[in-house]
Amino acid sequence: MEAAVGYVSVVDVDNLKATELRLGLPGTAEDHHNHLSSQKAMSSSVPSTPRGMKRAAAEDDDVVDADEDDEAAPPVAKAQVVGWPPVRSYRKSCFQAAAASKSKAVSNKDEASKNTTAPSPAAAAANGSLVKVSMDGAPYLRKIDLKMYKGYRELREALEVMFVCFSGADSAGANPSEFAITYQDKDGDLMLVGDVPFDMFTCTCKKLRIMKRSEATGLGSHPGK
Amino acid sequence: MRDAEEGSESPPSQMSGDGPGGSGGESESDRWMPDLRGGNGGGGGGGRWAPPDQVLENVLESVLEFLTAARDRNAASLVCRSWYRAEAQTRRELFIGNCYAVSPRRAVERFGGVRDVVLKGKPRFADFSLVPYGWGAYVSPWVAALGPAYPRLERICLKRMTVSNDDLALIAKSFPLFKELSLVCCEGFSTHGLAAIAEWCRYLRVLDLIEDYIDEEDELVDWISKFPESNTSLESLVFDCVSVPFNFEALEALVARSPALRRLRVNHHVPVEQLRSLMAKAPQLTHLGTGAFRSEPGPGGVLSVSELATSFAASRLLCLSGFRDVNPEYLPAIHPVCVNLTSLNFSFASLTAEELIPVIRNCARLRTFWVLDTVGDEGLRAVAETCSDLRELRVFPLNATEDSEGSVSDVGLQAISEGCHKLELILYFCQRMTNAAVIAMSKNCPDLVTFRLCIMGRHRPDRITGEPMDDGFGAIVMNCKKLTRLSVSGLLTDKAFAYIGKYGKLIKTLSVAFAGNTDMSLQFVFEGCTRLQKLEVRDSPFSDKGLLSGLSYFYNMRFLWMNSCKLTMRGCRDVAQQMPDLVVEVMKDHPDDEGEMETVDKLYLYRSLAGPRNDAPPFVNIL
Repeated sequence: MEAAVGYVSVVDVDNLKATELRLGLPGTAEDHHNHLSSQKAMSSSVPSTPRGMKRAAAEDDDVVDADEDDEAAPPVAKAQVVGWPPVRSYRKSCFQAAAASKSKAVSNKDEASKNTTAPSPAAAAANGSLVKVSMDGAPYLRKIDLKMYKGYRELREALEVMFVCFSGADSAGANPSEFAITYQDKDGDLMLVGDVPFDMFTCTCKKLRIMKRSEATGLGSHPGK
Repeated sequence: MRDAEEGSESPPSQMSGDGPGGSGGESESDRWMPDLRGGNGGGGGGGRWAPPDQVLENVLESVLEFLTAARDRNAASLVCRSWYRAEAQTRRELFIGNCYAVSPRRAVERFGGVRDVVLKGKPRFADFSLVPYGWGAYVSPWVAALGPAYPRLERICLKRMTVSNDDLALIAKSFPLFKELSLVCCEGFSTHGLAAIAEWCRYLRVLDLIEDYIDEEDELVDWISKFPESNTSLESLVFDCVSVPFNFEALEALVARSPALRRLRVNHHVPVEQLRSLMAKAPQLTHLGTGAFRSEPGPGGVLSVSELATSFAASRLLCLSGFRDVNPEYLPAIHPVCVNLTSLNFSFASLTAEELIPVIRNCARLRTFWVLDTVGDEGLRAVAETCSDLRELRVFPLNATEDSEGSVSDVGLQAISEGCHKLELILYFCQRMTNAAVIAMSKNCPDLVTFRLCIMGRHRPDRITGEPMDDGFGAIVMNCKKLTRLSVSGLLTDKAFAYIGKYGKLIKTLSVAFAGNTDMSLQFVFEGCTRLQKLEVRDSPFSDKGLLSGLSYFYNMRFLWMNSCKLTMRGCRDVAQQMPDLVVEVMKDHPDDEGEMETVDKLYLYRSLAGPRNDAPPFVNIL
């Protein structure tokens, strides 16, 4: 326990801010208290359009952030949904890679020639396969290298091992099925891990977040479950 | 669910992609059904039919060879038993629009002389992450059946199928005369599989890899080196989606010994310096995918724009694409070929209007143009002013999010409609639209066959009047009499669907998202769109009642997809029970969900002669 506290004090507060999921453009400033208040607001807002239970937590999270985060550049009216607008991931990932390399070229002229020749999902993975992993309720984050894993099962097992010490805090036992693994992709969307081929996932995953299953499915807003 | 494979079955025309040619809703009793129990060419069967006239059948086969369109062949096969047999022996292209609609064994038993197979797998919404990974569409059983049955097979085209390296190796080894492989939006294979194709298909003419997801394995294979060392028959090599690095020297050598090569599309690892070298080795190219289109200086230094322009001037190019990470300074290099270009794809190049206009002003013969919305309404206006022969326009969003700025609008659409009267296909992503612009397009572009408008903000009304977009889409279906494919968006009420049902008589494919008020919308569509084959719906307030209003039409359709609507298990079970030749798949939203939920998030139903598939993953529930 004390080691955990010590770790938190060493870790820059900005680190935690940076891992918070929100809808603003990357690089825009954000308030620290969003992280804490958004957790509170998780169960409050009900999705306004009739939809299934998926990604309800993503909507709540993003809607709250939109209200409270004055400094995000574009005003966010609605939460993102899966697969909308209907642009193929293939196309989206090419732009993200190209846009990233272009902005690097603009900001750092010395390295322009190095960075902009091969903007590809492969290159992006080579540069950024280390992603942060957060878990709701855990005091600190971890970092993993997605390239180390051959598939979802290995990844899941590794995460279970890493975070087993935290899962006992609130719930009765460390039951893995109580948790859902989600990730933030290049568009800033909150996605459920497991839907796309693993290699595609490693290219588009920016950070991982382990959430409680009850929050992931928006319990309380859907009487059916 | 009754196994539809044995015993009497639906008309054989359902085995291929097209539905019955006539009006929908024909009842079973009106339709003559061949008795297939005797098998192809067998003399058995009932005594009701006269023995086949062999001479007549030979003549018939010669005549039928001239029929190429699947619809014509389907019709011919229904005339009588001997025509059915003759057609089955002479059909060269087998088109299967849904790989689960018929079993490989059955297809192979019916058709004897197939040279060309087209197979489509996953529903289109799989492209937008709406179908969980592992759903199916495996090509393996097909390759296993096609191999022994059609040793002379020349061409395979797969779309949205799961293809493994083993499958590719088996294809390569099963068909000694294999000539063309086309993989579109497929996944599951890597450079290992490509190496097998290159190595074993000695007569390969076409290898087209289009928007596939290539597994990036740790050990890359130098597949380009595996092509035959002698002159090849290659006519088309498209691999821009193979995003891993490759052996450039091997490609140069391959291009140099492929005198028939007309189409070459490389990936983004190719800078202009290397591109120039390729162009020099293949001056006969007509289609070029230009790779990154920026400089990566080698020992020769940075390539100048004028040197690159010289390469283009010496070429015979008609179609350009690529520009994956374009340095706009190099764009003027393509000016020499612009006047001849019929197709230009800038959809991966984030260009401004200023960068586009000098290029597009020269492209008077352009017929196909793909572009990013970064060029704005102003860029589109320039297109409209120059490209009066344009048939196809696709405008993609740079930022594919609901709340992005969006640089094109109704203004651009209106301009295009005023300049490009011959437009047949349009795909347009935007944030702001008006009914007036859509109506204008409906009147100015009467030849439209495909109209796909995506207003990215959900439920967004006309930006000027605040009205729903009903009238705009209504005008499209009313005025564009050749329309077969429609995608709608924006704020839409039941009225829009009333229009679609009333006027959209030729519509085969309809895509609906976040639209409609009540189940009447679905009913209008089912009852009105008599040629409807593919209906995909998401996030719209349609319930079991709407679903059931389609019961008498489902056998005339290839499939129905609905996700995030208001369907329940009860309604879906109703459908499954009443329609034995329909496969009704219900998918769990969360792959790990346990137990049964009353609400249905994803429904995919399709007619099938094969019955429920045996390769469904745990999250698919077949009712």
